Amino acid sequence: MKSAYDVVVVGGGNAALCAALSARERGASVLVAESAPRDFRGGNSRHTRNLRCMHDQPTPYLLETYREDEFFDDLRRVSGAGIDEPLARRAIRESATCGAWMGVRGVRFQASLRGTLHLGRTNLFFLGGGKALLNAYYARAEHLGVDVAYDAEVVGLDIEAGACRSLQVRVGGAVTTVAASAVVVASGGFEANLDWLREVWGDAVDGFVIRGTPYNTGTVLRMLLDAGVEPVGDPAACHAVAVDARAPKLDGGIVTRLDCIPLGIVVNKKGQRFGDEGEDLWPKRYAEWGSLVARQPDQTAFVVIDAKVAGAFMPSVYPPIVAGSVAELAQQLQLPVETLQATVAAFNAAVQPGRVNHAELDDCRTAGLTPEKSHWAQRIDAPPYCAYPLRPGITFTYLGVRVDVQARVVMGNGQVAPNLFAAGEVMAGNILRRGYLAGFGMTIGTVFGRIAGRGAAAHARG
Amino acid sequence: MLAGDATARARQMLTVCNACRYCEQFCPVFPAIERRTSFPVADLHYLANLCHNCGECLYACQYAPPHPFGVSLPRALAEVRVESYERYCWPPRLAEAFGRQGGAVALGLVAGFTLLLLLGVSLGDAPAPGSADFYAVIPHAVMVGLFGLVFLLALVALAVSLVQYWQAIRGGPLRPVPVRTWLAALRDAVTLRHLHGGGVDCASGIDDRKPWRRWAHHATLGGLALCFASTTVAAIYHSAFGWTAPHDYLSVPVVLGVLGGIGLVAGPLGLLIIREQRDPALADPAQRGLDTSLLVLLLVASATGLALLGLRHTVALRPLLCLHLGAVLALFVAIPYSKFVHGFYRLLALVQSEDETRREPLRLR
Repeated sequence: MKSAYDVVVVGGGNAALCAALSARERGASVLVAESAPRDFRGGNSRHTRNLRCMHDQPTPYLLETYREDEFFDDLRRVSGAGIDEPLARRAIRESATCGAWMGVRGVRFQASLRGTLHLGRTNLFFLGGGKALLNAYYARAEHLGVDVAYDAEVVGLDIEAGACRSLQVRVGGAVTTVAASAVVVASGGFEANLDWLREVWGDAVDGFVIRGTPYNTGTVLRMLLDAGVEPVGDPAACHAVAVDARAPKLDGGIVTRLDCIPLGIVVNKKGQRFGDEGEDLWPKRYAEWGSLVARQPDQTAFVVIDAKVAGAFMPSVYPPIVAGSVAELAQQLQLPVETLQATVAAFNAAVQPGRVNHAELDDCRTAGLTPEKSHWAQRIDAPPYCAYPLRPGITFTYLGVRVDVQARVVMGNGQVAPNLFAAGEVMAGNILRRGYLAGFGMTIGTVFGRIAGRGAAAHARG
Repeated sequence: MLAGDATARARQMLTVCNACRYCEQFCPVFPAIERRTSFPVADLHYLANLCHNCGECLYACQYAPPHPFGVSLPRALAEVRVESYERYCWPPRLAEAFGRQGGAVALGLVAGFTLLLLLGVSLGDAPAPGSADFYAVIPHAVMVGLFGLVFLLALVALAVSLVQYWQAIRGGPLRPVPVRTWLAALRDAVTLRHLHGGGVDCASGIDDRKPWRRWAHHATLGGLALCFASTTVAAIYHSAFGWTAPHDYLSVPVVLGVLGGIGLVAGPLGLLIIREQRDPALADPAQRGLDTSLLVLLLVASATGLALLGLRHTVALRPLLCLHLGAVLALFVAIPYSKFVHGFYRLLALVQSEDETRREPLRLR
């Protein structure tokens, strides 16, 4: 690590590396300050798998077409009003060029298999997933002469009159001041900062599981906000899915998610149902269950299925809790036995005749129940009975910093910072205010990482 | 999550892999995982031999050490692989041979057989100087009888092991496999297709994809095939045409043998060197001896074979011939009880994978 660089990139995930490569390729000297150790580099990009990608014709990796308007409609459907449309459209349009750009830099892709892969039309899948992508980018960065500092936490940003001329970087015990002609902040959200989450959610945080990297603590985001940068996005909002309660507190990633909620019923610690398990097709409903479970006592719930549907969903990394009767299952789960029996009996009695089809919104529903189960409702009567414990698993937060279409940070007074850029999750709230669109975080990171890197290099090199 | 023996460790990791599936297009191991919901021992033995240890999945894994899940599939499957060799070994009591190997053991075996041969030939007359006549040292009938018998016994032991392995991974009564499935598997085995993991090449380290390991392997297998061809041609010459050794330097058996010998020097030497440079996280350190012993046997057999060709007109003929034949005898004896078996186990696993793929194309989410 030298004492001065043209461009300092704060963070080490997808957006950070796209910025670093773009800046270096334009001749700038670049430092990547990654707060994680080398083995855990890459932020939450390490847990990703694909990038949502507009395309006007099929490619070896993308089926059919996915045009700008459809992409934008998909975004608006999940995110609702209040998105920055020029920014969103820029992300969508430039997503068309991402695949080729990534390929040149060593990222490899998965072939779209026989058209059956869910998302095979809209999303470009990285061969081996996000960590393989990061390995390619880091290798490329090393090859081009980007300096990468691991275990390097940015502890201070010297922002004056909307410009950031230097940063304090802590490596080991020592804090070093590094001068920078331009700075790109790509340090992610604050989802791994339990104290910050507690400010928003109170003691419910004790029941939360953080799905991703422990290094997204939001400290740089807070520095920016404290320095007067305009915030964007709901400070209390986070994306949460239902994960297995046995997941580690941090960094459990994709394997802790449970796909069997639509196939059974979900009860809380009182043994009562509290949501419509069959409201919509699973990918769309996937994210709702995080906040549903978060509002239950002790942020805990249990999904109960029977032998009829065992094996009909993606296997979980944790084994089911198995019992020969509902009463025995209740005992194992430490639920009130009679309540759970009554809940299952009432559910079974309310199930209407129909033909089960897990691939579509079928006609298997309940009648006269509160809440109803609208689809895939089948009696729970075939032993052995299985249960999985659930907790809310936090994926990411929405609060970020406002940027313009050049990825330059906007101050609270509306002034655009000339040499301070933001990319990735830290500014994704400009575009995605709520909800979730698979692979769109990587689109935002790649598109605005490149824009920020180019802009930072141009500013630094004159 | 890391606890228990090799199969328990592999099973835990495969459970993580089956819930993740990010690696599904690296190689056939992952589609095979996705076709299963549990992993009985026979399935582990199948998956372990299907894995070519290309290394891609370790570097792509978000759960690789030091993550607490500690997923390190190449090494875990390597550990199970050697267990599978032991499990199906015949006769079973020789299974422990797999765990007791090394360069010294290999050299000791060669030395032992060489001494026995030297003792045997010392009873006869020395060949005429400069005659280059092998059969004056060891009569043709003795050579054919001794080597034929050892080779046959080795093949029987290997065949019994392979049949047991095949029955285990097929699970249940044996159904016939179409010829085209065998051919497809053979093609994948011979081309080492799955050492190309992600389409680049075999990984030696996180950012290191080089063809050398694949080339060294091709040189070894090719060398072995050429030496076998050389011996076969010489045997046909002898029995059908009465053309006896020694053959001319430009004769078919000698040319094939020289090319094969060069391959069998370069290949094993390359594999020994590459092993030292490869990321140790990809290997099972307990198997160093198993790898070394086969490579040393191949090296000694090929180097002495080439030396014999060069010095066959000198007085070194008798001791060199005994050394070379001692090495070849050691190699024959080692066939069913050494790393030699890995190619056959892997081929059968590839056949099973090909058969599964044809019968049950991968269900994707």
